[in-house]
Amino acid sequence: MEERDIAIQITGLKKQYRLGVIGGGTLQGDIQSWWARKRGKDDPNRKIGTKKHHKNETFMALDGIDLTVCKGERLGIIGHNGAGKSTLLKILSRVTGPTEGRICIDGRISSMLEVGTGFNPELTGRENIYLNGAILGMNRAEVTGKIDQIIEFSECAQFIDTPVKRYSSGMYVKLAFAVAAHLDSEILVMDEVLAVGDMKFQQKCLGKMGDVSSSEGRTVLYVSHNMNTIRQLCDRCIVLDHGKKVFDGDVEEAISLYSDIKKGNLSAQVDLRDAKRFSTVNTMRSISFVSAAFLGREENCFKQEDRLKLWLKLDSKIDIEQAKIRVGICDMYDRKVASVLCRDIGAIRKGDNEVTLELSFAGLATGTYRGDLIVFDTNEFGTVKEYDIVLEAFYFEMENKLEFTWNQLKWGPVRLPDMNVIR
Amino acid sequence: MEKKWTTIIVPKRKLLDLRLWELWQYRDLIWLFIKRDFSTKYKQTILGPLWFVIQPLFTTLMQTFVFGNIAKLPTDGLPQFLFYMAGNVPWLYFSLCLSGTSNTFVNNSGVFGKVYFPRLTAPIATVISSGLNLLIQFAMFMGFFLYFLCRGSDIRITWIAALTPLLIIQIAMLGLGFGIIISSLTTKYRDLQALVAFGVSLWMYATPVIYGASTLSPKLFTVIMLNPMSPIIELMRYGWLGSGTTPFFYWGISWITTAVVLFLGVVLFNKVEKNFMDTV
Repeated sequence: MEERDIAIQITGLKKQYRLGVIGGGTLQGDIQSWWARKRGKDDPNRKIGTKKHHKNETFMALDGIDLTVCKGERLGIIGHNGAGKSTLLKILSRVTGPTEGRICIDGRISSMLEVGTGFNPELTGRENIYLNGAILGMNRAEVTGKIDQIIEFSECAQFIDTPVKRYSSGMYVKLAFAVAAHLDSEILVMDEVLAVGDMKFQQKCLGKMGDVSSSEGRTVLYVSHNMNTIRQLCDRCIVLDHGKKVFDGDVEEAISLYSDIKKGNLSAQVDLRDAKRFSTVNTMRSISFVSAAFLGREENCFKQEDRLKLWLKLDSKIDIEQAKIRVGICDMYDRKVASVLCRDIGAIRKGDNEVTLELSFAGLATGTYRGDLIVFDTNEFGTVKEYDIVLEAFYFEMENKLEFTWNQLKWGPVRLPDMNVIR
Repeated sequence: MEKKWTTIIVPKRKLLDLRLWELWQYRDLIWLFIKRDFSTKYKQTILGPLWFVIQPLFTTLMQTFVFGNIAKLPTDGLPQFLFYMAGNVPWLYFSLCLSGTSNTFVNNSGVFGKVYFPRLTAPIATVISSGLNLLIQFAMFMGFFLYFLCRGSDIRITWIAALTPLLIIQIAMLGLGFGIIISSLTTKYRDLQALVAFGVSLWMYATPVIYGASTLSPKLFTVIMLNPMSPIIELMRYGWLGSGTTPFFYWGISWITTAVVLFLGVVLFNKVEKNFMDTV
C-alpha cells in the first residue's frame, strides 16, 4: 500500500505510575525500610493499617496506545481529565519516558505544553524570544532570522524591550505562541495553549497553525477541551479514555462520542437529591430540589419553536409566599449564556411541592448546553436570597435548522430573531 | 521497514548512551543560560556585581583575623591576607559550582517538565557563569598580589602559575561532577540538599584553605591530599606565592578522581533525567 509519509509511529505505548507516595521521601526513611525488609521485619515507615504490598499498586496512565500519524496531518486528541492526553504528549516531547512500547519519530518535535515555558521574568521580551527559541531547539541564527516576524505576530512590539514580569498573562501567551509557531520543527505538539489568549488571538493562532500545516506540510498534534478549536484546526481526531484509544477518525464523530461520554445523563427524569450544588449551598438548606423532568420528551434535544414543560419537585422545611425559579444556562465551555425566570411559582409549603413550568429556549443557537436550577426569593429591598442552587441539573441540545453551520465560538451562543427586510 | 527515523523513544536506554553530541547542538542554549544567569542575578540590587568581590574579601578578612591573629596558624611565611585569599578564591569557585549545580533538577523542574532539551546544559551553564565570579575575584586577588609585591613582601610567582587555567578547569569539572551526582539523588531524596550547604563548609576544613599542607604530619598529609581539592589549592598557592608544597603525585590522583566523579555524575544524571518528572 502506497501511503503518505509517516511522521510518528507509536506501538504498544504504556505508561505506568506508582500510586501513593514514591519512596519514603528521605534517604533515612528508605534505608530504614530497606534494612527492616532485609531482616524480615515490618517496615517501620509503613502507615498503620496498610497492607505490606501497597507499594506495588500501580496506575496505567496510558494502556497500550497504537497510533500512526502521517506528515501534514492535524491530529486532535480529546478525552476527559485523566484520560492520558497530557501523558501522551509528555512522552512524545521526551519530558518523561514510557514504561513499555516504542515511538518512532521522523522530524524535529517542538512542544508548547504550557504557557511561558522557560520564560524568565527578569529578561525582556526580546531576550526571552532568544531563550525560549533555544530551549525549543532553535539556534541563534534561526531566531535572529525570524525575530521580526515573531514580534509582529505576538502583537507585543511596543513592550518587546520590557521585562516580561510586567506583561499581562495574555501577552505572555502571545509571545510564547509566537515563538513556537515560528519554529522550523516538522512536528508541533500543543496542549491547551490557546486557553488564555483572547478570542481574536486564538483565531489568529488557529489560522497560523492551519497555514503551516497545509502549506509547509507540518504535522500538528493538538490537545484541547475546546471542541470548536478542534473542529477548526484538526482533520483527524482520536478520543482517549482511561489510557486507551477508543476512537480514531473523523473529527465530528469523535466530538460527538466524547460529548456523549461527558453528558451521560440525557434521561428524561433526573434525580437531584445528590446532584452537584453550588459551593455556598449547604446540606442544611431549607428548600431543596428533589427531581426534574421535561414532560412528554423522550430525549433532551430541543428545537427553537418547542414549548417545553419543565416539571420540578421540591422539598421544603419552611413556608414561602412567593418563590421564584431561575434556570441558568451554560454552554459547553462553562460560559454563562442566559437565564430563564419564573417570577412567581406561587407559595411553597412545608413538605413536597410540585410545579410545572412552561418555557422555551428560542434564541439559543445550535450546541449542547447545561441547565442549572435555582430557587430563590426576594425581600422588599430586592435582595435575592437563594435557597438551593443545583449545578448541571440537566443537559440538552439545541437543534437549529439552518442551511449552514452556526459557529458558536465565532458567532456566539445566542441567536436573536432573524431580521426582516422592510420595503 | 527501512525508514530512517530521527528519534526513537524506547523505555530503556543503554547506560552509556550519553548523547553528548546533543550538547553541541544546543550550545546556543548554554550560552543563553549563562547570559540569563548573569543578567538576572544582580538585577534590582544596589551593589550589583560588587557582591562578587565583597564575599571573598570579607571571608578573607575574617580568616586573617580569626585564624591568623587570634589562633596564629602558620602561613608558610607568606602574608596572611594573601595566603588566605589565594586559598579562598579557588575554593569559593568550587563551592559555587557544587552548590549551584546540586539543585539543577529541583530548580528547573518547571522548564524540564515541559520541553525536552539536553538537561546537562543547565548545570554546565551554571559552572561557566560561576566562572565569571571567579574571574572578577581573581582580578581582585591580582590587585592585592601586586600591592603586596610592591610593598616588598616575600612572594614570587613560579612557573606553576602557568597551570592555573588547567587547575580552574579541573575545579569546574570536579564541582560539576559532584553537583550533578547530588542533583540526581535529590530528585528522590530532598535531605541531600541540606547536606550540601554544611557539607561544603566542612569539606573546606579538609582542604588546605586556612592552613598550609606543609604544617601537617606525613600521615595526615597523605589523608588530606587524597581529597581531590587539596592538591589543586596547594599548587595554586605555590604557583602564585612561591611557598608551600607541590604535591604533583597527588595531583595525578586528583585528576583520576575528577575524571571518575564526572563520568559517574554524567551517567547517573543521564539515567535520572529521563523519568525524573515522575519522582521530583
